[in-house]
Amino acid sequence: MNRSLRIDWITIVIYFLLVSTGILNIYSSTYSNESINSLDLNSLAFKQFLFFTFSIISGIFILIAPSKFFQKFSSLIYLLSIFLLIGLFAFGNTVYGHKSWYTLFGLSIQPTEIAKLSTNLAIAKLLSEIEIDLKKIKSLIQVFLVILIPVILTLLQPDFGSALIFLSFTFVLFREGLNPNFLLFLGLSIILALFTLIKPFFYVSVFLTGFFGCFYFLSKKINKKVSLIPIIIVFILSCVYAFSINHIYEDLLSQRHKDRIDIFLGKETDIMGIGYNLNQSIIAIGSGGISGKGFLQGTQTKGKFVPRQHTDYIFSTIGEEWGFYGTSIIIILFATLILRILFRAELQKNVFGRSYAYGTASLIFMHFFINIGMSIGLVPTIGIPLPFISYGGSSMYTFTILIFVYLNIDANRLNQTRI
Amino acid sequence: MTRIYLLKLLTIVISLIFLIKLFGLQVLNKDYDKLSQNNAIIEIEDYPERGFIYDRKGRILVSNQPAYDIMIIPENLSPFDTLSFCSLTGIEKKELISNLESARRFSMRLPSVIVNQISKEVYAKLQEQMWKFQGFFIQRKSIRDYRFSFGANVLGYVSEVNNQDLMGDNYYRQGDLIGRQGIEKSYENELRGKKGKKFLQKDRFNRIIGPYKNGKYDIEPVQAKNINLTIDIELQSYGEKLMKNKRGGVVAIEPETGEVLALVTAPSYDPKILVGRQRSDNYKALANDTVSKPLFDRALLAQYSPGSTLKPLNALIALQEGVINNETQHNCNKGFYYAKNAHMDCNCTYGTKNDLIKSINKSCNTFFSKTYLNLINNSKSTAEGIDNWKKYLESFGLGNYLGYDLPIGRPGLIPNSSFYNDLYKGENWSATNIISNGIGQGEVLATPIQLANYTSAIANKGFYFTPHFVKIKDEEKSYTKMPKITTAVDTNNFFNVIDGMYKVIEEGTARIAKINGLKVCGKTGTVENFTIIKGEKTQLTDHSIFIAFAPKESPKIAIAAFIENGYWGSRWAAPISSLMIEKYLNNTITRPRLEKRMLNGSLELEYKKPISGENFKINE
Repeated sequence: MNRSLRIDWITIVIYFLLVSTGILNIYSSTYSNESINSLDLNSLAFKQFLFFTFSIISGIFILIAPSKFFQKFSSLIYLLSIFLLIGLFAFGNTVYGHKSWYTLFGLSIQPTEIAKLSTNLAIAKLLSEIEIDLKKIKSLIQVFLVILIPVILTLLQPDFGSALIFLSFTFVLFREGLNPNFLLFLGLSIILALFTLIKPFFYVSVFLTGFFGCFYFLSKKINKKVSLIPIIIVFILSCVYAFSINHIYEDLLSQRHKDRIDIFLGKETDIMGIGYNLNQSIIAIGSGGISGKGFLQGTQTKGKFVPRQHTDYIFSTIGEEWGFYGTSIIIILFATLILRILFRAELQKNVFGRSYAYGTASLIFMHFFINIGMSIGLVPTIGIPLPFISYGGSSMYTFTILIFVYLNIDANRLNQTRI
Repeated sequence: MTRIYLLKLLTIVISLIFLIKLFGLQVLNKDYDKLSQNNAIIEIEDYPERGFIYDRKGRILVSNQPAYDIMIIPENLSPFDTLSFCSLTGIEKKELISNLESARRFSMRLPSVIVNQISKEVYAKLQEQMWKFQGFFIQRKSIRDYRFSFGANVLGYVSEVNNQDLMGDNYYRQGDLIGRQGIEKSYENELRGKKGKKFLQKDRFNRIIGPYKNGKYDIEPVQAKNINLTIDIELQSYGEKLMKNKRGGVVAIEPETGEVLALVTAPSYDPKILVGRQRSDNYKALANDTVSKPLFDRALLAQYSPGSTLKPLNALIALQEGVINNETQHNCNKGFYYAKNAHMDCNCTYGTKNDLIKSINKSCNTFFSKTYLNLINNSKSTAEGIDNWKKYLESFGLGNYLGYDLPIGRPGLIPNSSFYNDLYKGENWSATNIISNGIGQGEVLATPIQLANYTSAIANKGFYFTPHFVKIKDEEKSYTKMPKITTAVDTNNFFNVIDGMYKVIEEGTARIAKINGLKVCGKTGTVENFTIIKGEKTQLTDHSIFIAFAPKESPKIAIAAFIENGYWGSRWAAPISSLMIEKYLNNTITRPRLEKRMLNGSLELEYKKPISGENFKINE
């Protein structure tokens, strides 16, 4: 059978559906009554279409590339993207206070997006090495280093939201044998961090004392041999952690990020200030009703009430103009896509393929979770795009390549089984 | 196993949470639709232009003119050259600063008026230099444009709605204009039309970016109606000029239709002064003038004794009741004793014999007093007699509101038996106690428009149409047709009374009112009146009254004039009425000397007497 037919068509269909939804809604978000000319070549919707065309051409090349290519060159690609991230500090453009962009021939390129792809490749490559065992400390350090380098470089831009995305690789590591205690540890750290941000440090220390006290006495009842020293060490580390979270929040984070976190934690309800975006986004989505106001009929969208609506808040346009029908279809499409890739990942014959597919699904999941969660007020305001849909060339290119490399690897598996 | 399923499970759980949250936001909660509308859609009222007012001959009396307010949005203000602003607009610097201050206090984002209604010249000059004044802008609005300086009492005026208006009618919004007096008030619904609505789409900076859904939900305003008055502005103006420096009212009616041709009150004011920047100052000045009361419409509101002008009516009632006939004569000896020590004075010479016609043209008090006694005593009791008499007068539109289409009025007074029972506090009273009613000097009170109306009923020989100020348009039927009201006196009884009134002009008390080539019928009146000065009842100079209609056959105009303290009827009221009749019917004045005397004559000295605090002579 022809090789080209033996690829994951369902993923391709979903991909096209999401991209065209994106272009349609970017058109609506940036539409104004004055520009009646719908085929404006300078319009963002048309630019997005160009990005898409460029991405899909690259995608086709990737699809016909030999499947070993990515495994072979992943280290090189990773190194290149790290250099691009470092180069930002010398040649980067500052937009909205972030040094996150290169400008080339009038195009803005965001290397952090590319780093998501390259890190995914690098991790897959690393995990497929025979000597790597996630139960060993040495291997763990290697893997975490691969993740942490782009995270730190991204945090320095500073781009808190994108750095957070790299957390999604934890899912890959977990799938490949990471001790669940690490996940537990990560979860508890996040909970403690949130708690520290809500309550004064004094309460946190009292709480920690009580918690570890109870823990010690309960353990003592079950097992007489429990020693006090490790618990005290963990207690002290927790306090230092909580204290440093406070320090990071107070002294290192910019006011913009502080405000966003405050709004999410319910500390502030300034709807005209920083909470304005979220409030307008929710009004837009809520006013869409069941079937929406119709294409180009969204009053919130037309009135440009939701800032950055064609990028980070694109979901509010969908919500306003296409209603609950539109939003639920988008969510179902994303869920199907993620689950589809996850299922196919399990069918991969090698660790590289499985790990890569898993990473792809995790990255899409993380964007999906944070972006839509943010638009409807379930997640703090973190500026990251909705894959395939939000306006932006780097994002479009990265996710297209991400998908097509997956398709290539997956198609390779199908052909191998055939032969 | 968890390793394989964790992320799948998480994907499903998160998707479900999103779906539930979105279901709540988009399907269950209905508030957001409202919120988005408040956000993004602005409802603007679309005002139709207020209707024009024309006179009976189609001349424009009131139209609209653009006015320009200088507005400000404090938020957008940047420092500007106050000196050049003040010199351009003519506003005091102090006023400018206080206006800016109060605009800021009202709202930083919403517009406030800084300079009210600048002239077209200032507007033109300012427009070129607007760029110097950031945050200022000029708003056009429509205000009334009065083409004549007369008829203020009929036209009325418009002003901004007050809280009472807002509570009374939910049509109005703060800042709307409403007819406050006169025609503007009576025909408010026709003149204002009905405002429509425009829905406009706003953006987040509150800028209007276009119509909402291409105006799908807009409501077109209902155009205002133009109104044709029955007033003849030429006659109205002439009347007001004649009444200058006098106090009182003159009302002219077209008998065959009940259309009011002129409604003059004096003193009045120029309607133009209640428009524009000086409006509130001017209004205050008018309202504060409690001595001459220019805002008090004497033609509609002042209740006077009709004096001898009531005699033709009493004659008609007596004829109808059969108390007198055309041959009835009474002797007059410079009056007569109607009771012991009670003498009714009269101007007739000793030993005069007067029939009905003679009595009218000589205004014989004796004849009418005797007739009145007979009329009252003709019934079973005095009480019945007077109630019967009242019934007749009411059929001529006296003693109650006439029902014309202006918003103000007074009922006047026709006493009945219970009135006198109250007045005499249960003591017996008889016809002789109320004999003054026979000559119009008793308790009877009437407004000038009521006088004109019964004159019109006499001219019509037994009916009248309720006086009105707006032309009834048959084809449109938008205004109710005024009802024809028949008097309780039959037509055949009118001829001799009218003959008597004709003689009044030809050879009687009002020969001054004679117009060559025109048969005028009239009746003079002179009314004693009193005021209270320092707690003492003090008599003032008599009021001068005249009623008339012309021509005698098929009358075209009926008129009543009342000039306060003008002394006898033929001194002011008769000439003024006569000039107005001539002006209306012939459109020329053949008696320029009389006209000049009336135009220039002033009673201001007379009006100063009671408030001078000094002793004064009356009836000079």
